Amino acid sequence: MYGFDKTRLDLAREFRANPFGEHSPDLQYLLNLLRTPGPEPFHVLLLDRPGERWVLATMEPGRSSPPRPTNVVFTDLKEAEWHVFKLRWARLAGEEPVVE
Amino acid sequence: MNRVMGYCDRWTAAPGETVRFMVSCLGGDHYDAQIVRLLQPDAGPLATPFRPEPVAAACNGTHAGRHQAIPIGSLAAVPAHAALRPAGSFTLCAHVFPTTPAKGRQAVMGTWCEASQTGFGLEIGEDGALAFRVGAGPGRVARISAGAKLSARRWYFAAAAFDAERGMLTLWQEPLSDHDFHPEQPVVASAPAAVRPAAGGALTFAAWSTGPADGPSCWGGLGFAGHMNGRIDAPRLASGALDRAAIGVLAASPLAASLAACLMGAWDFSRDMSGDAIRDLGPWRLDGVIVNQPTRAMRGHNWNATETDWTRAPEQYGAIHFHDDDLVDACWHPDFAFTVPEDLRSGVYAARLTADGFDFWVPFFVRPPRGTAHSKVAFLASTATYTVYLNNRGRFMSLATERYQGRVMVMDAIDSLLIEFPEMGLSTYDRHSDGSGVAYSSRHRPLQNFRPTGRHWNFNLDLFIVDWLERLGGDYDVITEEDLHREGLDLLAPYQVVITGSHPEYDSVQMLDAFEAYLRRGGRLMYMGGNGFYWRIAHHPSREGVIEVRRAEGGVRAWDAEPGEAYHSFSGEYGGLWRRNARAPQRLVGVGFISQGFDKCSYFCRTQQADDPRAAWMFAGVPDTLIGDFGILQGGAAGLEIDAVDPRLGTPPHALVVACSENHSNTYELVAEEVLIPHGATDAVINPDIHADITFFETPQGGAVFSTGSIAYAGSLAWNGFDNNLFRLTTNVLNRFKDPTPFPMP
Repeated sequence: MYGFDKTRLDLAREFRANPFGEHSPDLQYLLNLLRTPGPEPFHVLLLDRPGERWVLATMEPGRSSPPRPTNVVFTDLKEAEWHVFKLRWARLAGEEPVVE
Repeated sequence: MNRVMGYCDRWTAAPGETVRFMVSCLGGDHYDAQIVRLLQPDAGPLATPFRPEPVAAACNGTHAGRHQAIPIGSLAAVPAHAALRPAGSFTLCAHVFPTTPAKGRQAVMGTWCEASQTGFGLEIGEDGALAFRVGAGPGRVARISAGAKLSARRWYFAAAAFDAERGMLTLWQEPLSDHDFHPEQPVVASAPAAVRPAAGGALTFAAWSTGPADGPSCWGGLGFAGHMNGRIDAPRLASGALDRAAIGVLAASPLAASLAACLMGAWDFSRDMSGDAIRDLGPWRLDGVIVNQPTRAMRGHNWNATETDWTRAPEQYGAIHFHDDDLVDACWHPDFAFTVPEDLRSGVYAARLTADGFDFWVPFFVRPPRGTAHSKVAFLASTATYTVYLNNRGRFMSLATERYQGRVMVMDAIDSLLIEFPEMGLSTYDRHSDGSGVAYSSRHRPLQNFRPTGRHWNFNLDLFIVDWLERLGGDYDVITEEDLHREGLDLLAPYQVVITGSHPEYDSVQMLDAFEAYLRRGGRLMYMGGNGFYWRIAHHPSREGVIEVRRAEGGVRAWDAEPGEAYHSFSGEYGGLWRRNARAPQRLVGVGFISQGFDKCSYFCRTQQADDPRAAWMFAGVPDTLIGDFGILQGGAAGLEIDAVDPRLGTPPHALVVACSENHSNTYELVAEEVLIPHGATDAVINPDIHADITFFETPQGGAVFSTGSIAYAGSLAWNGFDNNLFRLTTNVLNRFKDPTPFPMP
């Protein structure tokens, strides 16, 4: 896999099932692509309660401005990873991946 | 909203000694302080509940507060002197290596005061070219520009002359050859000057004065601005308006005898390299000091690669590299103090500062009375490692962190402070604003990542070990690496067992020597982490809490030292990995850094060597094959940064590997120093070398070493209310290590 392919929903499924840990080579390639540093704002999680609650926020690369929180809240880090994955996928594909 | 931050003047205090706290309010005028004992980290519902234990103290309560600014940015300063106030003509020169010439006005050298518009100053102008100005007050300033932009990271010879008789300024900007084919040409420019400079104050390099400071001052009660990024080498000052030929004589080394009648100052930054002084070779001996720890032992304009050790050719290392984000001391005024009561138990403590519900923590360590031990067991806080990591700002700046960690980055309100207030300074994991690596770190400033909350790393993660020791009854002393560097074996000798933190990554030679001597005399060491004893460091020769790291050749590193700059300025020692100093961690503790990953932690699998009678005792009550297949840190005991045995690098031949980790993810990559010829087999999925080894071996005179080989290990101790196999294994080791019965060498 040498570029983004929005038909590879199998990779989205693989990530959703297992956002942490061993990934297939194609998924690892995709993740490296999605995590490439660039000039666009990127997502971080603001810790609200340790181990229990996180708030999605955005950061400006290289800036001295603190993260800007959104109104999206997570109580499970796997769900947070999946949410961010879908946003990044949508930026490239024009739409979020639809997986069962 | 009112927020608060602070720091203290010492990290280690014995009963009867006093810790002073410096505090700044952000948006308010009061805060609460409470001294607490820290017994565990703030780690969520799966961990021991976070319950800092209040300590009675006179300083507890509400305090009036105020904002204290941080005077960031380095310079060198020479106190005001009559010789620095030329009555007539004068000339100055220096070699200059700008690194951000396009960032705007920056000072090179002079007595210029921006507030009073007096004195003289050689500078980099708004246009990126050298400029020279003299001033007698507002509206009475003469200025000249070389008119040709300087290039970043090239050496220039710079000179400027004020001719009082002719009322003329002259400026030379001459690029120096550097084995390249740059088309730059030398420039000389002249302009009339209708003013004579009024007497300035101090002579400063790489910054100009802004007059009396409105708040904390880093030097002389003054404020400073116009901080230059780049290097200055061999600055000189003479009376008279010299022509170019005479300036050549002024700049020559050694100093020409013919300068005797006109030389005002000739600063040689290669003298007394390790300390803060700068030396003047001129007749007035106008010595000065560096301020905010610019980087010394830097290649000068004349470095020719015949020597890479500055101690052998100091004349080629006469440059100081200044940065607008250097910081060694916030210089805040003290706000309150805490004198350690005589009966206060040794442990980990903190001042909890609170304003409008915002907590800021200022930890410190209470050791037993000097020369005594109150327990057989010492927890050695990794203060050297804490120091070099302090205020690691770069990790928040881009997606690069997520890419190598394999997770969306998590941060909190205190992390946000570091983003919002970059004047809190940098860590040695960062680069300066000009891209050069940060070689020094200091604890004399507010600290974002030295606290019991937030990301579990270093200090916060080590509190899992404290939590375990508390669970076992709290029979332990706390000592620190800062004291270990200074006191050596004396600090360790009273203890039967020394327990490290989770990531004791940085050591001076004095620290390593103390560990080795302790083990050779029958001491027992529990190395409770991963990637320990990896980098060599040097401590500031006179100021505690300031550490230098030269990231030389090899190693997993955030920046790499530039050619010829691998030797510490503080000590003259060759820096980099201990492995490259022939003292790999495997020699001391059996294991050494093999990989890191931050997405998911794994487990250990018991080996056949666990059944060896030399080690079987540690598995009493542990029938399981899998050890630590649980944990508060990403689900397992094996992970984050992990170590393995390697006989090539010094693992003792009799070392027993009692458990190995397996099943690590793609983010676990082989450390750079193990990849000489690039190949594809560098992640854990396809490279079995990537695993952690729990290791045990005996040392002479009845001592022993137990190494966990994993940073995440400590995060599994408290799992399931301490009812787990890793807790039993670790506690078995501690109990046996406390037993004075010697371990026989096999």
